[in-house]
Amino acid sequence: MRALIPMILALTVTPVATVAQTVPAPVPDNEVFTLDQIGHAISAPTPQAGHTAPSAANAPPDDGQWTMPSKNYASTRFSALTEITPQNAKDLKVDFTFSLAVNKGQEAAPIIADKTLFVVTAYPNYVYALDLTKPGAPLKWKFAPKPLPASQGLACCDVVNRGGTYDRGKYIFTTLDGQVIALDAKAGTAIWRTRLANINNGETITMAPTVANGRVYVGNSGGEMGVRGWIAALDEDSGKLDWKAYNTGPDKEVLIGSEFKPFYAGDRGADLGVRSWPPDAWKIGGGNVWGWITYDAELNALYHGTGNPGPWNADQRPGDNKWTTGIFARDPASGSAHWYYQFSPHDNHDYDGINEQILLDMPFGGAMHKVLIHFDRNGYLYVIDRQSGQVLSADPFGPTNWTRGIDLTTGRPIINPDKETRQGVDVTNICPTASGSKDWNPSSFSPDTGLLYIPHENMCMDKKDVQVSYISGTPYVGAEVHMKPGPGGNRGELTAWDPVARHPVWAVKEMFPIWSGTAVTAGGLVFYGTMDGWFKAVDAKTGALAWRFKVDSGVISQPVSYRGPDGHQYVAVLSGVGGWSGAVVSGPVDPRDGSAALGMVNAMSDLPKYTTAGGTLYVFSLPH
Amino acid sequence: MCSRSRTESATALLLVAALLALGSCGGATAPPLPLQEEAQSGDVIDSALNPGVDHSIVSVDPRAAQFYDNPTAVQTGKLLFGQFNCSGCHSNGGGGMGPSLMDDEWIYGDRLEQIHQTIVQGRPNGMPAWGGKIPDQQIWQIAAYVRSMSLPATLAAQNGPTPSQTPAPIPADSAQDNGWSPPDASTNHYTTTTKGPQ
Repeated sequence: MRALIPMILALTVTPVATVAQTVPAPVPDNEVFTLDQIGHAISAPTPQAGHTAPSAANAPPDDGQWTMPSKNYASTRFSALTEITPQNAKDLKVDFTFSLAVNKGQEAAPIIADKTLFVVTAYPNYVYALDLTKPGAPLKWKFAPKPLPASQGLACCDVVNRGGTYDRGKYIFTTLDGQVIALDAKAGTAIWRTRLANINNGETITMAPTVANGRVYVGNSGGEMGVRGWIAALDEDSGKLDWKAYNTGPDKEVLIGSEFKPFYAGDRGADLGVRSWPPDAWKIGGGNVWGWITYDAELNALYHGTGNPGPWNADQRPGDNKWTTGIFARDPASGSAHWYYQFSPHDNHDYDGINEQILLDMPFGGAMHKVLIHFDRNGYLYVIDRQSGQVLSADPFGPTNWTRGIDLTTGRPIINPDKETRQGVDVTNICPTASGSKDWNPSSFSPDTGLLYIPHENMCMDKKDVQVSYISGTPYVGAEVHMKPGPGGNRGELTAWDPVARHPVWAVKEMFPIWSGTAVTAGGLVFYGTMDGWFKAVDAKTGALAWRFKVDSGVISQPVSYRGPDGHQYVAVLSGVGGWSGAVVSGPVDPRDGSAALGMVNAMSDLPKYTTAGGTLYVFSLPH
Repeated sequence: MCSRSRTESATALLLVAALLALGSCGGATAPPLPLQEEAQSGDVIDSALNPGVDHSIVSVDPRAAQFYDNPTAVQTGKLLFGQFNCSGCHSNGGGGMGPSLMDDEWIYGDRLEQIHQTIVQGRPNGMPAWGGKIPDQQIWQIAAYVRSMSLPATLAAQNGPTPSQTPAPIPADSAQDNGWSPPDASTNHYTTTTKGPQ
C-alpha cells in the first residue's frame, strides 16, 4: 500500500514537451562538383585492350563456400552460383533464422566452410557455429570470449565487429578489447589467443582479420582516441607476433627501409612519419588499421589503408601527417613497406583511408594493368597500379567539394580552400561528410558485367574545429560536427560503376546511407541491405529490384551466397542496425542532440521511426 | 560461520545468509540487520532494501549543498566538460561512445554526490575513473553541469541542434528524490512516443 500514493502522483505529472530533431535540408546541388569537372585519369579509356577480371591466383574457381569476408583475395565478393536469378528471385523464402542475442550493430559476414556457418557478433563478440547439414541448422557450438566490459567505452562508433575468417580448420576473429583468437572450428575451443591492443590507451580492435600465407594480419582501432595506428602479423599456427608496423613515427618503426619506393616524390624522404607532424604529435596521431587488409597472392604483397590523423582539429597538427589517410603496400613476410600513397594529406575531414581494395587485371592506356581499386572516404574512386603505386585515375563517385580533383602528376588533391576547416570557424556544407562518400562497408565486382557495386552515402557536414587536450584513453577529436543529407536528399545510394569507362552505369537511391556491403552473383543479382530493414536483390545489369524482404532490424552487415550441402544456392545476411550511422538506434544516444555520435545524429534522428535494434542471422533460398 | 542471530524462521535465516553474503561478516561493531519487524513463519518480510541505487531523501554528502542553486557551478562545469573531453563521449548531452546524459535515466543515481562518485570512481562499461586526475572542486562543477542537462529549464532553452548550451542551476529540491515520484519541476519527465513514418 505504501507505494500507491506516490505512484498516482507520478502519473499526474505533465510530461515536458521536447523539441524533436528534424533532419536538415539537403545541401544544394550547386554546392558540389560534377564527375566531368573533377574526375581525372592519366590516359583515355581503352576498353578494347582486354577483359577486366581478377587473376586466378587471387580469385580461384568458386567452391561454393565463403571462407573469408571478402570471398577471395581479390575481394570481389562474387559468387559463381547461378540458381537464383533476376527472374526467380521473387520466390526466395526464409530457410532459417538464428538470434545473435546481441542488439548492437552487426557488421560481420557469415562464413561458410566445412558445411558449417560461423558468425561473430558485436560486443561481447559471441561466435556461433551452425550445422548446415541438418534441418534448421542447429547450433554446433557457441564461444563467448568475454572481452573486458570497459572496452565498450572506447569504441568510437558502436561496439561492432566486421567478421571472422576460416582457414585450415580454424575460425579466427578479433575482440573489442584487442584480442585475436583462433578457434578449433570443429570443437569451438581456443587454439590460441593473443592480446594485441591495450584498452587503457584507447585501443580496440573491430576489424576482420585477413588470413593468408600462414599469417594472420590485423590492426587496431582508436583514431578518435589519439591511438597510434599499427598493423601486425601473427603466425597462424601459434598466434605469436611475426612483425608489427606503425603508421606514424620513425621509419624503422613504420618498417620503411631500402625497399621503399613510393611513386610520388612527396612520399620520399627520411622519417616523414615524424617530420610531417609537430614535435611528438605522431605519438598520438592515429593512422589506424580498422578496415580491410588485402593479400595479393599473385604479386606476394599486402595492401592496407591507414585511418584518420588525430585529432580531427587539423590546426593542432600542421603538416601532411604521414602515414595517415593513405595506403601502404608491404611485404607479407617482413612487413617491409614497398610503396605508399596518401589520399588526403593533412586530413581536415576524418577521411580514413581504410576502405576495401579490389584487385583486378584491367585494360588501361592500351594495355592490361594489375590494379587495385579503392573507394575512399574522401569521395574518390582510385584505380592504382598495384606494382608501382601510381594512380591511373581518380574520379568522384559521390558529391564532392573539398577538392577540385586529384593532380595526377603530384598525386595530391587540389584543395578547395572554402571547405578547409579552421579552429573556431564553422565551415558549412563540406561534401562528403566525415564518414565519407562511403565508409568501411565493402563493394563487390562481377567479371560477368565488369561493374563494381558500390554501397555508399550521400551526406555532407558542417564542421567547426575546437581546441582539444590529449588525455589518454579519452576521445581526442576537437570538432563540433553536424551532418546533413547531400544533394537530392537521399542519404544513401547503390552505384554500379564501370572502372574502365570511368562512369556510373546505374544507381539506386536509398533514404538512409547504405551501411551494408554488397555481394554479386553469376546468377546476375546484387544483394545488399538497408538501414530501415530491407534486404534486397537487384538486377546486376540494370539495378531493377528483383526481390526484397523486411528483416527485424536495419542491415549494416555483409551478405554472402553459398552452396549448401544439399547442392542448392543460399543467401545469408545479418540484421542488426547500429554502427556509427545507426548509433541513434542501437547506442545510448539521444536524438535531440545533433552533435551526438560525432555529429551523425544530426542527419539520422529519424532512423528510430523506421527500425529498432536487433540482431538475427537470415538465410534464404528458393523452394526446393 | 559468522551468523549473529538465530530465529525460528527458516525464511529469515535464508535472508540473513543472503545479506551477510553481500558484505563482510564483521565482529561486534557490525550494524544491525535491516529487518524491520520480527519475522513470523509465513509472513512477507519487508527489508528496507530498495532495488537500484540509494534513494535517500536528502543528500548525504555535505559538500554537495553549495552546488545547488548555483549558476556559476553549472557554467564552469560546462567549460570543464569540454576541457576534460567528457564531450568526446557524451557530446552535448546526447551521448555517443558514452550514454546520453540529457534523458532522465540515471544508472548510478542523479544526486550530485552520486554523479560526483561516478566521475571519481569510473564505471565498468567504459567510464574512466577521474578521481585524483581532476581537482575535486571541478568534479563537483562537472557533476552540476551533467545534472543540469536534463532539467526542464535547460531543455527548454535548447535552440537548434545543440543542447545544454544554457544550463540552468540545479534546484535544491531536485535532490529530494524518494525513488518513486520526483518532485514536480525538479526532474525532466522525459517520455517519448516515436511515431512511424507518416
